[in-house]
Amino acid sequence: MGRTLTFNIFRYNPADPASSPHMDRFTLDETERMTLFIALNRIREELDPSLMFDFCCRAGICGACAMVINGRPGLACHTKTKDLPDEITLMPLPVFKLVGDLSVDTGTWFRGMYQKVESWVHTDKLFDPKAQEERMDNALAEQIYELDRCIECGCCVAACGTAIMREDFLGAVALNRLARFILDPRDQRTEKEYFEVVGTDEGIFGCMGLLACEDVCPKEIPLQEQLGKLRRKMAFAAVKNILPKFLKKDF
Amino acid sequence: MQIFQTDLLCIGAGLAGERVAIEAADNGFSVICLSLVPARRSHSSAAQGGMQAALGNSAMGEGDSPDVHFADTVKGSDWGADQECARIFVDTAPIAMRQMAFWGVPWNRVVPGEQTYYKGGKPFTAYEKPENEGLIHSRSFGGTAKWRTCYTSDGTGHAVLYTLDTRAAQMGVEVHDKAEAIALIHDGDNCMGAIVRCLKTGELKAYLSRATLIASGGYGRIYRESTNAVICDGGGHIIALNTGVVPIGNPEAIQFHPTGIVPTDILVTEGCRGDGGTLLDVNQYRFMPDYEPEKAELASRDVVSRRMTEHMRKGLGVKSPYGDHLWLDIRHLGEKHISTKLREVQEICESFLGVDPVHQLIPVRPTQHYSMGGVRTDKDGAAYGLKGLFSAGEASCWDMHGFNRLGGNSLAETVVAGMIVGGKVVEFLKGTDTTFSTAAIRDAMHRQEARIADLVSCANGGENPYTVRNAMFDSIMKGAGIFRNGKDLEKCVSELQEILGRARKVGLRSGGKGANPELTMALKIEGMVKLALCVAYGALQRTESRGAHTREDFPERNDRDWLTRTLATWAPGADLPTLNYEPATQVFEMPPGDRGYGGGKIIPMDAPKA
Repeated sequence: MGRTLTFNIFRYNPADPASSPHMDRFTLDETERMTLFIALNRIREELDPSLMFDFCCRAGICGACAMVINGRPGLACHTKTKDLPDEITLMPLPVFKLVGDLSVDTGTWFRGMYQKVESWVHTDKLFDPKAQEERMDNALAEQIYELDRCIECGCCVAACGTAIMREDFLGAVALNRLARFILDPRDQRTEKEYFEVVGTDEGIFGCMGLLACEDVCPKEIPLQEQLGKLRRKMAFAAVKNILPKFLKKDF
Repeated sequence: MQIFQTDLLCIGAGLAGERVAIEAADNGFSVICLSLVPARRSHSSAAQGGMQAALGNSAMGEGDSPDVHFADTVKGSDWGADQECARIFVDTAPIAMRQMAFWGVPWNRVVPGEQTYYKGGKPFTAYEKPENEGLIHSRSFGGTAKWRTCYTSDGTGHAVLYTLDTRAAQMGVEVHDKAEAIALIHDGDNCMGAIVRCLKTGELKAYLSRATLIASGGYGRIYRESTNAVICDGGGHIIALNTGVVPIGNPEAIQFHPTGIVPTDILVTEGCRGDGGTLLDVNQYRFMPDYEPEKAELASRDVVSRRMTEHMRKGLGVKSPYGDHLWLDIRHLGEKHISTKLREVQEICESFLGVDPVHQLIPVRPTQHYSMGGVRTDKDGAAYGLKGLFSAGEASCWDMHGFNRLGGNSLAETVVAGMIVGGKVVEFLKGTDTTFSTAAIRDAMHRQEARIADLVSCANGGENPYTVRNAMFDSIMKGAGIFRNGKDLEKCVSELQEILGRARKVGLRSGGKGANPELTMALKIEGMVKLALCVAYGALQRTESRGAHTREDFPERNDRDWLTRTLATWAPGADLPTLNYEPATQVFEMPPGDRGYGGGKIIPMDAPKA
């Protein structure tokens, strides 16, 4: 304790013609068990009421507060100042459209993603309110939930070499989402239909395998494993498509 | 002025808002959801426990039925609930859970055979029937006769919200996120939509709608220490209250949870105490057995919260830069137990406190958790006071929770009420035409533009909105917290009236351009203080103790005089809400009686007047 912390924070308000992108410095005395949630709110309330940033649940559940903290994407709410040096640099997430200062528009990006991968259960069945639920093996339900744990914070996209180079890349979050639906027997899409969504350079074949996505994932979702499985599945699907019919059954 | 027009406008895109939206979209109506944050970040996502529904698939849920669920809910509410709504809720909940399964929620399922479960920290075995294999499983929650809480690991709210949000996307529901409704457009009889400030650009827009739904969650953030997300600041209640005609039902009914961590007020589960954790004071002395010799730390939520507060009032709390707190000690449970059975608690302690609960104490204090009150509606979800206005979820006072809601009932309410109210909104849209008055729209827009101009130019004064908010926090935490009494509430009400005067004089220091957060705060501070006054004034007038509302000077539940629901409206320019009362329920399926826990005396309905 007793440290004085210096925050270098990216500033730019696109709605203010007088504003230009720059860094601002703020200093705060560090308090016990301080997190970036506490520090940023103190800066706003005590030093600069115009500072824009996003928090929502402040408990690591909702994914609202992702930002680049000393060069690394992460959730600000569960970043403790005691784990950081005296000087802390905060930047908004790249890839997503800037709202202002540390705030970015993740909603539009993710909604676009759901539409691209059609992130919902595809079924021709109708819900019958009188019928008992369809049964599911508990172990499978747990596997699906394991991939459903993604909180769409955007860290994996911000840390992705491909996503930064090409705007149309789906990113680990979308590929993981599709892996979730492939596991789910309620989704009746065929392998061919999945292939049409992700069997491209914008999808699984655009991944360079740098795996920063998994390194920065605050929920520690096994993205490396999921991307590997998906690549193998889609590669087989691709090969199957060019083979003559009599060979296809071998896969 | 940019104008959007839609059949249904949902203010809030959490579980309740999206469920209603889906029902309307399914029936061919256009829907726009407004949300302060991307829909999936709504506070619904933070609910970990589960949803109560009497499916009765699990061994410990055997013999469950909607009737048993109904009795638990009404007892839990301390007979404050509207019993018609509670009945609709319990009957519909099983269908809603199955519908969620159909849409893709990965509910945990029954695994057949001998299974080991925990109760009070001790393992026991139960036999799950083979014929129930793969059906939706359930876990235990407080105040219930059966295990009936459907769950998805420790992320039920998250899993259901993600499923509903993709269903909404599939149905073509538009979500306009980072958008805040700052006023309803109405003519005193009909609601016609809302004036909305875009939190990406700061622009004001008008949304015209034939039906409008308030599903903006609770108002926990009028308290400094709340487990709620920072967006749960009562925005939807404020715009309802500002109409002057829409009442807030039971604003004083506020639930507190004993163990929010300090600072940041994140909840750590009741399971810590269930498994044998203890509460210690500044001298590391275990004080709960002195107050509650029998149950100690395992008394009900309300009781433990009250005792902790009482102990801190004696000066035995631990001082910190974030206010006084107590310690939760789970060290004696050992590393193995903590890292397996209480993994989530360990993660919260490590991530947010830097505390290792295997070797260190966890700083905790009672923390605001849930608003039972809200926009008062009839059993169809239609708000009192304005035609075309509806409400559902925590934002509403539908009212199945009365003065205390059970764990697992609130999350279930979002999708069950969403389904019911959604159906009623569809009926309304099919059967009603709306005339949009351009004068009402223009007036509403001009009023908001003028408000913003005044804030930016400090026309009414230069009070700092954050300072005013802190004054409100200080006052309501002291006056209308866990323990309430006439003297402190009177002081709180008069302080809040003075603070309301200051809230009307706030001005910006920062220019207010674009998505300026100071303007966001300044626009709602007056409304937040009004809500705080509804809570404090409602609590002052209610001279009894019922559920979470605890009056030290009136310890009895008084069914003779107070089997009622408070209805708080705010007349234009007034300094206090107008309070009216209606019977708690029109239909008595279960007459008032003893809850069977919590103790306390009851003054019966037919007791002679004092």
